Amino acid sequence: MKLHQYLLALLCPIMLLSSCKKSGDEITADTKSSFTIEFEHQVNGAELALNTKNYKNAKGEDFKINVFKYYVSNIKLSKADGTTYLIPESYFLIDESKSDSKMITLNNVPTGDYDKIEYTIGIDYARNFAGAQTGALDPINGMFWTWNSGYIFVKLEGTSPQSTATNNAITFHIGGVIDPNNTIRTFSAEINAANPLRIRTDAKPNMHFIVNAASLFTGVSDVSFATLNFTMGGANSVVVANNYAKGLFRLDHIHN
Amino acid sequence: MLFLSIALMYACSKKEAGISPEEEKIIFSIPANFPEPAYNFEENQLTNAGFALGKKLFYDARLSANKSISCGSCHQQFAAFANLDHKVSHGVDNCQGKRNAPPLFNLAWQKAFFWDGGVKNLETSPLNAFTDACEMKTDLETVVSFLQNTQPYPELFKKAFGSSDINSQKVLKSIAHFMGVLVSGNSKYDKIMRKEKGFTFTTTELAGYNLFKEKCSSCHAEPLFTDFSYRSNGLDLVSLDEGRSHITGAAADFGTFRVPTLRNIEYTGPYMHDGRFYNLDEVLEHYNSGVKNSPNLDKSLRGGIRLNDTEKDQIKSFLKTLTDNEFIKNTLYSES
Repeated sequence: MKLHQYLLALLCPIMLLSSCKKSGDEITADTKSSFTIEFEHQVNGAELALNTKNYKNAKGEDFKINVFKYYVSNIKLSKADGTTYLIPESYFLIDESKSDSKMITLNNVPTGDYDKIEYTIGIDYARNFAGAQTGALDPINGMFWTWNSGYIFVKLEGTSPQSTATNNAITFHIGGVIDPNNTIRTFSAEINAANPLRIRTDAKPNMHFIVNAASLFTGVSDVSFATLNFTMGGANSVVVANNYAKGLFRLDHIHN
Repeated sequence: MLFLSIALMYACSKKEAGISPEEEKIIFSIPANFPEPAYNFEENQLTNAGFALGKKLFYDARLSANKSISCGSCHQQFAAFANLDHKVSHGVDNCQGKRNAPPLFNLAWQKAFFWDGGVKNLETSPLNAFTDACEMKTDLETVVSFLQNTQPYPELFKKAFGSSDINSQKVLKSIAHFMGVLVSGNSKYDKIMRKEKGFTFTTTELAGYNLFKEKCSSCHAEPLFTDFSYRSNGLDLVSLDEGRSHITGAAADFGTFRVPTLRNIEYTGPYMHDGRFYNLDEVLEHYNSGVKNSPNLDKSLRGGIRLNDTEKDQIKSFLKTLTDNEFIKNTLYSES
C-alpha cells in the first residue's frame, strides 16, 4: 500500500509532464488525405429557406431571413493523445445562397483518428487588419467593413413585423475584435470515441454539422426585434455573438 | 544609415542623365529625418509596373458609378492630394460627403486612416471611397469586371503581377504602390533639419518654429507633424459629427478626430474635419479665441492657445516652410 502510494506520487508528475508536452505537439504524418464538412442550415429544426418561410424567435416574434452567411476559420483537429493539427490558411465563407459553399473540403490533412474539432466563428484578430486579401477573405464578398476595418463574422438580414426599423428590417452584422466589443468566438466539438474522424488515404470522411440560424437570438439573452433589430459591431453584436457561441453549430454525425 | 543611403540612391537616380522618367526605378524613399514607416512594402513588393498600374487606377474616373469621379478628383496633387477649396468633396451625382478630404502623403507612416481612424491598413483604405454613395458609389465586383473587360488593364495587371487575372487584392495592392510612394519630405523645414547646405530659417520663421515647439508640437509632433492621436480641439460645444466614437463606441471619443499633419498645409485648405476654416488666419484665431469647452476638449487646449498678431504671423511663416514643392510638382505622381 505504502509502496503503491510512493509510486503513484512519483509517477503522477511524470504523467502530467508528458501529457503537457504532448498536447503542444504538432501532428506530422507522412501520409495525407482530405475530409469534407457539410453545413446544414436550419432554424430551430426546420430547414432554412431564404425570403419565404416564417420563423419564430425565442420571444415568439415572427421573422424571415433574406441573407445568412458566416465565416469558419482556423480549423483545428485533435487526437486522443492530445496532439493537434491546425489546418493552414483555413478560411471559409459559408453562404446559404450559394449551395457550393455549404460543403467544404480540407486537403492535405495528416491521416489518423481525430476526436475533436475546433474552429473560429469569424476571423482571427490579425487578418482583420491585414492588407488586401483574396479568396474567402476578398472584400468583394461583402463581408468586410470599409469604414471600420474588419470582417463581418456572421451576417443575418431579414424582416420581422416587430422590427421598428424601416421596412421592418432586421440587420445583424456581427464582427469587431477589439475589447470590450470583441466578437471572436470559438466552437469546439468532441467526437464520439467509438466513431472518430478517420482520415485515411483511401477514406475521406464527411462531417455533418447542423447550423441553427435562430441561435443568434437566444442562448444567453433572448433578443426581441422590437428593441434590437440592427447591429454592426459594438456592444449589441457582443450580445448576439455570446448567443450564437452556444448554439450556432452542432456536430450531427460523421460518415467515415 | 540604411535609410539615408536609400534616400541618397533615390536622389542620385533622379539626376542620372539619359534615363527617361518611365524607366526610372520607382523607389520608396525614406527621408533621413523620418522614423521607420509602418507600411514597408514587405508583403507588396514595389515595382514600376505596380506603381504605374496603381497610378492609372487612381486617376481613372471610369471606376466610379457614373464614370465621373476618380480618386484624383478629390485628391489633387496641387493641393498635396487634398481637395482644394472644398469643405467637403462632391462624389457621384454631386452627393456631398460629410468630412474634408485629407491630403495623401507620408501614408506609409500612418497606422490608421480617415478622420476617425476607422481603417487600419493602407491597402484597404481605398475601399470606402470606392463604395461610399457620396464618393465613387460602386462596388468591387463592378470595378473588377470593368477592369477585366477594358484594355489595356489585363496587360497592365500581367506586367505588375505576372498574370492577367484581375481581383480586388491586386487592385488594392497596386493602388498601395502608388499611395505608399507619395512621400513628402523635401520642404525647407526638412532641408534645414537635415542640415543641407544653403538652407536656414529667416528670423521670422525661426521665431515661429520656437513658438510652434512651445505651443503646438505636443499634438503636431515632428517630424510628421502629427502624433496620430484623436482629440477634440473645441470646434463646437457639441460636435455634429461623432468622430472617433463612431469607431470605438466610447463616449470619451465623441467629437474627437485624428490630429492632421501640418505638412503642405499652405495647399491643403480648407481646414478641420468639416473644412470650416478657409485659411490659416481663421485656424489660428480659433486657437486664440474660439476654443469651445466641449466635454472631451483636449486638456492641452483648455483656455485655448493665446497668440498675438505677431506670433500668428511668425507661426504662419514657419508653417509655410513645411511646403514641399518638389512633391507638389513631381510629375511622377501626376496624371499622365
